[in-house]
Amino acid sequence: MAHTAAGDGTAFRAPPSTLPPTRWHRLSAEWAGDRQVFDGASWRKAMIWVFLLSDTFVFGCFLIGYMTVRMSTSVPWPKTSEVFALEIAGKPWPLLLIAIMTFVLISSSGTMAIAVAFGYRRRRRTTAFLMGLTALLGATFVGMQAFEWTKLILEGVRPWGNPWGAEQFGSAFFMITGFHGTHVTIGVIALLVIIRKVWRGDFDTGRRGFFTSRPGGYENVEIMGLYWHFVDLVWVFIFALFYLW
Amino acid sequence: MQATAGATEHAHPIRLYLVVWAWLFVLSACSYLVDYVHLQGVVRWSLILLFMIVKAGLIVAVFMHLAWERLALIYVILVPPAALLIFIAIMAVEADYTLATRLAQQVTGS
Repeated sequence: MAHTAAGDGTAFRAPPSTLPPTRWHRLSAEWAGDRQVFDGASWRKAMIWVFLLSDTFVFGCFLIGYMTVRMSTSVPWPKTSEVFALEIAGKPWPLLLIAIMTFVLISSSGTMAIAVAFGYRRRRRTTAFLMGLTALLGATFVGMQAFEWTKLILEGVRPWGNPWGAEQFGSAFFMITGFHGTHVTIGVIALLVIIRKVWRGDFDTGRRGFFTSRPGGYENVEIMGLYWHFVDLVWVFIFALFYLW
Repeated sequence: MQATAGATEHAHPIRLYLVVWAWLFVLSACSYLVDYVHLQGVVRWSLILLFMIVKAGLIVAVFMHLAWERLALIYVILVPPAALLIFIAIMAVEADYTLATRLAQQVTGS
């Protein structure tokens, strides 16, 4: 069946009537033998979820590596609330920049979620505008991260040492925030690509994609959103485990 | 029919997203306050983890629409990361051992 539907906001259309009636029966029925799992599912959404699951393990390994080096060093860990303090009017504000970055990224997730909702309402321009806001907030986040990196590098933080304590601090910091920042940057680029398609009305006219030669739908906006929310989700863990711990 | 509950997703009011957004702001502010008021020890760690998990749950369930997906997908996504918990436990034991050997070496100086 050609992919014509713009999507109705769920990966899965109404099930065939032969399926058992409850969610639990359906779960076991789907995984039972001689059946295709995710019957009627949108392959696009299933695949983005599989990708995000694999990315979960990438970041999971980074954070576990960070935990291991932090727990095993006999040298005190640098005090993050002092390291990441920002001086305003002669007074140091602990973790201020990180807090602002957190609010910026959460806001971008908010605008993205609303953009997806407007996409399914076929409000083309509103969707593109909200996605543009998302991209702008994402770029702001990356900019602040560049500022933070510059500040720390000037203060002498290196992957092999720093002025305040355990050497492993630098390598964990650059690895984890660097990978996350890369994800945000890729997300901003992907957002710009999808915004162009939305603005041009590709998802209304069924215009075929340059790479895929397939017509897209407003489901593409939701898939973009899934990636973006995931990036925000990773930041929630980094904020808690690296900056606040 | 609960199996098709997801089909009505597009009807979610914008208000729902705004409410979740506001909650994420409040929870982030709370976790920032944990640092600002210098809470330490078990209280600090448990509050950080609590706010982290609630925020993550809100993002995954509402923003990523997982709450409205079918169970077969929900379990595919949520069960494998549970393996990370085992990984964390293994590495915590290992890190403890490494620290013990480092401290022992510093004492004996050999």
